Amino acid sequence: MAGVMADFGNFTHAVVRAIPSSLAKEALRMNVSDVDLEKARREHEVYVGVLKQKLGLEVIELPADESLPDCVFVEDAAVVCGDTALITRPGAESRRKETAAIRQTLKELGLNIVDMSDETATLDGGDVLFTGREFFVGLSKRTNQRGAEILADAFKDYAVSTVPVTDGLHLKSFCSMGGPGLIVIGSSEPAQKALKIMQQMSDHRYDKLTVPDDIAANTIYMNLPGKGHVLLHCTPEEFPESAKVFEKLKDHMLIPVSNMEKVKVDGALTCCSVLINMKAKV
Amino acid sequence: MTTESGADSEPKQQQEKGGKEKGGKEKGGKEKKAKAAEHFPAAAGHSTPAKNNQFEEDLSSTRSSTSRLSIKSPLRGVKKLKNMQCKITLLDGSDYTMTVDKRTRGQLLFAKVCDHLNLLETDYFGITYRDVENQKNWLDPNKELKKQIRSGPWNFGFNVKFYPPDPAQLSEDITRYYLCLQLRDDMVSGRLPCSFATHTILGSYTVQSELGDYDPEETEYNSELRFAPNHTKELEDKVMDLHRNYKGMTPAEAELHFLENAKKLSMYGVDLHHAKDSEGVEIMLGVCSSGLLIYRDRLRINRFAWPKVLKISYKRNNFYIKIRPGEFEQFESTIGFKLPNHRASKRLWKTCVEHHTFFRLVSPEAPPKKFLGLGSKFRYSGRTQAQTRRVSSQIIRAAPIFERSSSKRYTMSRSLDGAPVTENHDTLMRDATPAKAVAAGDLITTVTPEKKAEEEKAEEEEAQTNATETSDPNVPSTPLRQDNKTDSEQTDFAFDGETTATENTEVPEELVKHQRDISELKRSFLETSGGAESPGLTEWEKRLSSSPPTRSHSEGVEEAPMIEPLNTPQDSETEEVPAAEEEMKQEIQANGIEAAGVVNSSDVGAGTAGAQGCGLMTVTDTLEDVTSDWTDRETDGVKEDGEEEKFLVSPELKISPGTVRQEVSTAILDKRGTLIILREMESEDKMDATKTNQEKGGGASASVEEGEDDELDGDPLTRSKEKYSIINTNEDETGGQVDAEAMSKETSDKREISLNLSQTETDEEMSGVNSLQKTEAPVDRSEFTTVSREKVTELITQDAPPKREESCGLDEAVSDLSQWTFPDGQFATKPSPGSLAVSSLGWVPSSVTKSPAEEEEEEETGGRQEAAETAQSTGLTKPEAVPAEESTTKEVPVVHTETKTITYESSEGDYDGDVEPGVLMSAQTITSETTSTTTTTHITKTVKGGISETRIEKRIVITGDAGDLDHDQALAQAIKEAKEQHPDMSVTKVVVHKETEITPEGED
Repeated sequence: MAGVMADFGNFTHAVVRAIPSSLAKEALRMNVSDVDLEKARREHEVYVGVLKQKLGLEVIELPADESLPDCVFVEDAAVVCGDTALITRPGAESRRKETAAIRQTLKELGLNIVDMSDETATLDGGDVLFTGREFFVGLSKRTNQRGAEILADAFKDYAVSTVPVTDGLHLKSFCSMGGPGLIVIGSSEPAQKALKIMQQMSDHRYDKLTVPDDIAANTIYMNLPGKGHVLLHCTPEEFPESAKVFEKLKDHMLIPVSNMEKVKVDGALTCCSVLINMKAKV
Repeated sequence: MTTESGADSEPKQQQEKGGKEKGGKEKGGKEKKAKAAEHFPAAAGHSTPAKNNQFEEDLSSTRSSTSRLSIKSPLRGVKKLKNMQCKITLLDGSDYTMTVDKRTRGQLLFAKVCDHLNLLETDYFGITYRDVENQKNWLDPNKELKKQIRSGPWNFGFNVKFYPPDPAQLSEDITRYYLCLQLRDDMVSGRLPCSFATHTILGSYTVQSELGDYDPEETEYNSELRFAPNHTKELEDKVMDLHRNYKGMTPAEAELHFLENAKKLSMYGVDLHHAKDSEGVEIMLGVCSSGLLIYRDRLRINRFAWPKVLKISYKRNNFYIKIRPGEFEQFESTIGFKLPNHRASKRLWKTCVEHHTFFRLVSPEAPPKKFLGLGSKFRYSGRTQAQTRRVSSQIIRAAPIFERSSSKRYTMSRSLDGAPVTENHDTLMRDATPAKAVAAGDLITTVTPEKKAEEEKAEEEEAQTNATETSDPNVPSTPLRQDNKTDSEQTDFAFDGETTATENTEVPEELVKHQRDISELKRSFLETSGGAESPGLTEWEKRLSSSPPTRSHSEGVEEAPMIEPLNTPQDSETEEVPAAEEEMKQEIQANGIEAAGVVNSSDVGAGTAGAQGCGLMTVTDTLEDVTSDWTDRETDGVKEDGEEEKFLVSPELKISPGTVRQEVSTAILDKRGTLIILREMESEDKMDATKTNQEKGGGASASVEEGEDDELDGDPLTRSKEKYSIINTNEDETGGQVDAEAMSKETSDKREISLNLSQTETDEEMSGVNSLQKTEAPVDRSEFTTVSREKVTELITQDAPPKREESCGLDEAVSDLSQWTFPDGQFATKPSPGSLAVSSLGWVPSSVTKSPAEEEEEEETGGRQEAAETAQSTGLTKPEAVPAEESTTKEVPVVHTETKTITYESSEGDYDGDVEPGVLMSAQTITSETTSTTTTTHITKTVKGGISETRIEKRIVITGDAGDLDHDQALAQAIKEAKEQHPDMSVTKVVVHKETEITPEGED
């Protein structure tokens, strides 16, 4: 039986991209930091390995582009929901070209491609939180109103509400979905405030899982056949307190994934992949 | 089911007064203008019965040309046809024609159509018509057709009015079928936007329902079949792909699947209205089962769930909602929107009222009791969703067999341009005329008793739980929050208790500091903590942000303002007139009116006073609404609205300058206690009064009337407030500001604050007095009982001082709880003429006249003290035997008008404003009249937390010359009667309000 808004968290494919050497020096970052490129690459390999081997997704790995230091963060380049992929117009000028390869890949997968051609619009995928029932779009340094409007046009079935993001890079820098109807949220004041706004805007009820560290609230949830609820989250080494919180989730298959290096250039877990459910295609 | 001939239409309702209206003429012309809804295609108004003409051949429609000219109404002059032919476009696109008497009421037409459709679950549906602006309106079931259809052909549409959040809960398949038809039309027309994938899914269920199983050999979709605004071959192919999988699925099952998917769409059941926000930015207001949604373009920029909304009102082309303060906000806020015109704002208002009532209330009204009277008119006549579910669960007939029409009709009706959205211009404003619900609705829009009070509590608890979780990682997620049965029932998240508390404590200080400019304070509260500008602000905030002239950082303001304070820039510009004062003015204007109110309230349950403070919010809300109606009338003229009837209802209305009236307004919010509020206003001479009035502006008298009406009509709970608020509003409009204003500004602020502290609740009138009441009441009573007037007076005088102190103590204690009330005060401070409806704390007892101003000032300043003083100065009249009752008459020979209010309250407690209002089970209004008195009784039954409370509020207006009237006697009589009528109840509060216009020496 076909249905609208079914299969939240059910993915079959993932698109990832390798880390260019330029990342260490040139990738954008909010705080000055030195990135150990090799370590970052090892991290990323593990990440991809989890998606591929552990979870059995079909992973499409794009080669790095040295001219695009941030290109590993593919999430920002596209928003995929159901059979539609919105190719974004990233807020950072230097990242605009990242979308080309992603677009090509998604098109080859057979998704309906929607381009964000409006020159005034900006949108980073990291600002888009899809809950399964609706979208929240963070209005941040990288995403503006017009970008959100275009997203709303691309995904007409869903309510699209805007949420101001004052601190942090993206909306998902301090929150993510941890399950159907479960929002993982950081405990900082801006995060909590954003959550309140989301709650007010929503017709739906959500549970929340609050973790001490904002960035630890960025997790990847999947609901995979044969595996049930799967949650990729921070490691105890990075955020011991937050990791403890996740360990309380009894119904989830918990997979700690290290993200120590990429986080230095503001890369969170979700940033490094675009997840797709090809079965959702009608 | 075919012929429906005029034979059935009875010429009932002969009782109408004016039969001589233009009525409807038969004009065939359908005006269709295409208006592009650029921003929001979804904004398409309600369904468009555009699809008619083509299907004249429809079997189901039979023209009955039978005209029964039988009875003519030789009313005045022109004779017209009594009967009109009506054409109703049904959901399947066919037309149903019948002839009815012009005076037939909407409900008859509706009933006939439902009958024709074999539909039993009718409450979700309604009949629409186009008004002169070609906007879609809901036919009012309680009004005659000819009064609603002013011009043009009598063409109607049969449409879904309330989209059930959970269609699976409908009892009958046939009901779901009609809902499907509506939704299909909504989709094809673009009013219900959805993705390509969703169009295919919904389309596949549609074909399964209509064509049955897919048969590779035979199944071929009609070329005219359409599933989406833009029909493509690709779409059709995809539909077919899905269709193949449905073998064996019955039509009813397919429709259920259809609905299960459609209901998830974000615009399902959202009735959109074009508007502008206070900054002139184009937005859309969407009314739905769960509340009010604000869109800018396609983006949702704010949402106000019904539990958040305290009051809905409109005035002219402005639409206002008053919002319960959020966890980061200290104050209620009122948000104003500009609608294209007055009609549009009224339509929106009605839509809100109806949706709120239908989806959120358990029942719109109380079952009629023994008394006769006004009641019926003011009630909401339709069933709520809860009721209709109950009723429909008892449907016992075998599932009716009906034929699914081919979806061909859909296609044909739609233009082929593929952009149907643009076609319906009326779309945007699909408005609900209060069909069934109308009755109560018009005057009283109360957002009060929510059935979810309990739910909200639960939520709050949850919130706390969550808070706990936060700190305690052990509890990762709260499983508590699950969807309740229906979407509509979901409410907002509870406020975070801790935060609130903290802020509250801080507030008082702030208030003190900023007394002068409360509004500023408010703004500051609304500010974002960081003071961050654009990035930190929501879309909503951004637009708001520009307005507040003063952005001061005040302490506890962490929350970004989701809500815009009503009084923003404009207000500041205008003079600050404390609402209370305005009210006062109004009263003064009313001069001649004395009001003595006796209110009895008793709790059936052993309710504790403490918890029940909720009433306030609600009450307030109602008032404004009422006001708005009034306003409209004044402005627009009565005829248009056709609501004159209502006005007529209230007996008190006759206000002649020379008359003296006593109004008794009682507002009883929670306590079991009774409140008797007496208001006396005497005006001895019209002339003097007139002068006063003149100063204030001609609008005054009108406003007074309005106020009264409102009270009568309004929810029982709300009344007292309503008056005031109304008054305020009017004043604003009128622009009549009183000199006194200036004088009293400062004073008033203080006053209000003190009032607030005293907290309590709802009654604005009372608020001033409250402190007194609490403490004094007990003492006074006993005294009163035995003492004669003079003695009483003395006693009072003496007692007063000590009492004050006590009261102060109370106030302080209360202050935390009552903080939320402050907002009123603030607003009051800044009411600007023209500005939105501001909730006003009614400080009843003050007179507006210049000369009196001084005295008044004293009163005002004193807050409670004054009350005491008032009592003193006033020659007190005491009702004898009744405990807890007092009436104060002012007979001091002063030159000006004086208004005094004294409240005696037997009971305890303060209410915490945040407490949820109980569920309103029933409400009833009864009016009786004698030569000199008019008594209005409101009986309200509320269930709260398992305790049911019956509150009776009596308002007695005694009119007459001061000299002739024995006020004491009248009051005593009133109280006595009240006690006799309700022996099992106790009188908890008596408020005496007296306004005396005394000799015009002073300035006049």
